[in-house]
Amino acid sequence: MDTEKYISSGVLELYVAGILSDKENIEVYNYAQKYPDIKGEVEAIEAAILKITEKTSPGLAKNSFQNITARLNKVIPLQSQTIKKTPLSSYLGWAASIIFAAGLIWMYLENDALKSEIKIASEEKQTLEKQILDIRQEVAGKSNILNQLRDKNVSVVSLGGQAVSPTSFAKAYWNKEEQKVFIDAQGLPEPPPGFTYQVWSLKLNPLTPTSVGLLDDFANNENRVFELPNANASEAFGITLEPEGGSESPTLEQLYTLGTIAT
Amino acid sequence: MELDLLIQKFQKKEVSAFEQLHKMYSENICGVINTIVRNPERSQEICQDVFVKIWEKSDSYNSSKGRFFTWILNIARNAAIDEVRSKSHKQQKKNLSTEYFVGILEGSEDLEGKMDTIGLKSLLTNLKEKCVQIISLLYFQGFTQKEAAEELDIPIGTIKTRNRSCISQIRENSNI
Repeated sequence: MDTEKYISSGVLELYVAGILSDKENIEVYNYAQKYPDIKGEVEAIEAAILKITEKTSPGLAKNSFQNITARLNKVIPLQSQTIKKTPLSSYLGWAASIIFAAGLIWMYLENDALKSEIKIASEEKQTLEKQILDIRQEVAGKSNILNQLRDKNVSVVSLGGQAVSPTSFAKAYWNKEEQKVFIDAQGLPEPPPGFTYQVWSLKLNPLTPTSVGLLDDFANNENRVFELPNANASEAFGITLEPEGGSESPTLEQLYTLGTIAT
Repeated sequence: MELDLLIQKFQKKEVSAFEQLHKMYSENICGVINTIVRNPERSQEICQDVFVKIWEKSDSYNSSKGRFFTWILNIARNAAIDEVRSKSHKQQKKNLSTEYFVGILEGSEDLEGKMDTIGLKSLLTNLKEKCVQIISLLYFQGFTQKEAAEELDIPIGTIKTRNRSCISQIRENSNI
């Protein structure tokens, strides 16, 4: 390449003026990198322009560069902060609020589940408490019965099975002092519907039956122990099956058990 | 090479490099601005604005696109022309007369002795009026070749060669 001809074309002066096209600018730049003559010429032209432009200066303002840097110190950090940090922090803000909202919903659901669990547990607790209460009452009832039967004034009478039901049996615990008798009817079959057992106090000579009472609500009495008043001077006890409500006199064909009192 | 390094440091936002570049070019930039704005105080303010701007825009400079000084020169010219237009002078770029520049170059007693008139006169020795006009249009006002050719009413091909000979004259006068 003829660098001298290129230099003398005047293109480098226009390059320094900044009025060439982008393409021409790159061309000059590449030649300047490659040929020191061209680079030197560009620098010399620039020096001439610097000389002449410098002569037109009205002078600089006082503390010109300090004024400029004072503005930079305000502008630059602001710029980097607002441009770089704002989007990041706002994304973070959104992300945090979404996580927070999700957390709230999760806590609400979790709280709800716990509440219903507590409700179920407290219901179970109530049921169990009731069961315990029932059992205590049952135990109390049973121990009460036991105490009654153990009383020293009680005479025990075994009532054996009779013709109509040979396998049946019962026991009578008679407390003469307190004038009451406990009938343990565990060995009697459940009476058919419409019938009930009736307990009789018997005098043997002559044979005189007196009604002591009915074994009412037989099916629902778990212990099958019935307490009846007995002010009679009994010599024997018998149990017959009678129509509901009882009879005036015993139906002897339906005599289930019978036992005499040892004297 | 030294200048390239300085520009690299400046682009890495080293204030000391920026200060050195300011020292090298601020008078030139203020001069160009004042040639267009014709108000020394306002020109000094605009000159500072331009340096703030080049700091902010330092990333956009690329040496393959032109000389660093040319890049600042272009920013300064645009800032000065914006100023003139915003003042509702309604002056088109082409209407900016070369007279003021010529006046500054030929006699600057009215500028309170701020300018180196002796040096300027020596620079202008043997410089014809045609040269003053063409340098004013191309370097101070940013005219394209075509615009300058129309303004001076000469063929576009003449601009390049005439400009070169004018610059050569200045270089001769100042031993560059």
